[in-house]
Amino acid sequence: MFKDIIGKRSEKVKNTVERGAVKKFAEAIGDVHPIYVDEEYGKQSRYEQNIAPPTFPRVFDYGEIEDFNLPNVGLIHGEQIYHYKRPLLVGEEVYCYTEVLDYYEKTGKMGLLSFVILQGSGEDKDGKIIYTERQSVIITEPVRKELVR
Amino acid sequence: MTSIFDLQIGDSLEEITLHPVSRIDLIKYAGASGDFNPIHTIDAEASKAGLPGIIAHGMWTMGNLAKLFTPYLEEGFIQYYKIRFAGMVFLEDVITLKGKLQKEREGLLDFTVAAVNQDGKEVINGAITFKKYV
Repeated sequence: MFKDIIGKRSEKVKNTVERGAVKKFAEAIGDVHPIYVDEEYGKQSRYEQNIAPPTFPRVFDYGEIEDFNLPNVGLIHGEQIYHYKRPLLVGEEVYCYTEVLDYYEKTGKMGLLSFVILQGSGEDKDGKIIYTERQSVIITEPVRKELVR
Repeated sequence: MTSIFDLQIGDSLEEITLHPVSRIDLIKYAGASGDFNPIHTIDAEASKAGLPGIIAHGMWTMGNLAKLFTPYLEEGFIQYYKIRFAGMVFLEDVITLKGKLQKEREGLLDFTVAAVNQDGKEVINGAITFKKYV
């Protein structure tokens, strides 16, 4: 269904690691450590700035891949992997894009399952990778039927 | 606070047990993350999807689990964080966060990590590599 989409990627989108967004995110995961939310603490830290929690890149805009739209409902998130070169700093600009790394199908006891492997990347303004986040998304047979209808 | 680099192979990080999962936890995470899939917040949508009730965002649990390492972010950072979503988290579930040091390489600590529910079932599990600043 999506085989021809392998290798496609979105255009880069400029995002900012916003202080307020980091605070809300830290609160939502119950991790309100001063390294994330206290400005003075951040300045005194080795980072000389507050940083964002490792799963924060969820909030960024990665742009759209042309002709590729997954529904918001009915998907199963199978796996998630983050690779970091360094933590994200509050206030910095991050250029994000997403690409389809792989697509394959498997038939098992749940019927035909479709696997989409997506990788989001965040780069600094010089185009150096800060992090990547890879997710495997599983599309079940009933949802797939809706999609191809 | 002790250093994370004092841990020996086989040692565990201090476990954290979360308060029972509430709807407001998931509403907050939906707002903070931008993931508004309604099976995480609205009962009717969850039952339409064939679920017995709303379930937590897998990424909410993954976000929580990383806080085992937050006290050590002046010594190093999470370089690698891999999670497999193994089970569902429902309202009122009591989740305990666990991490165990498996291996030490040059400046890198390899942990296995998991979030376990009140029945002892791992709802997410995976690995974290913590990299030391030199």
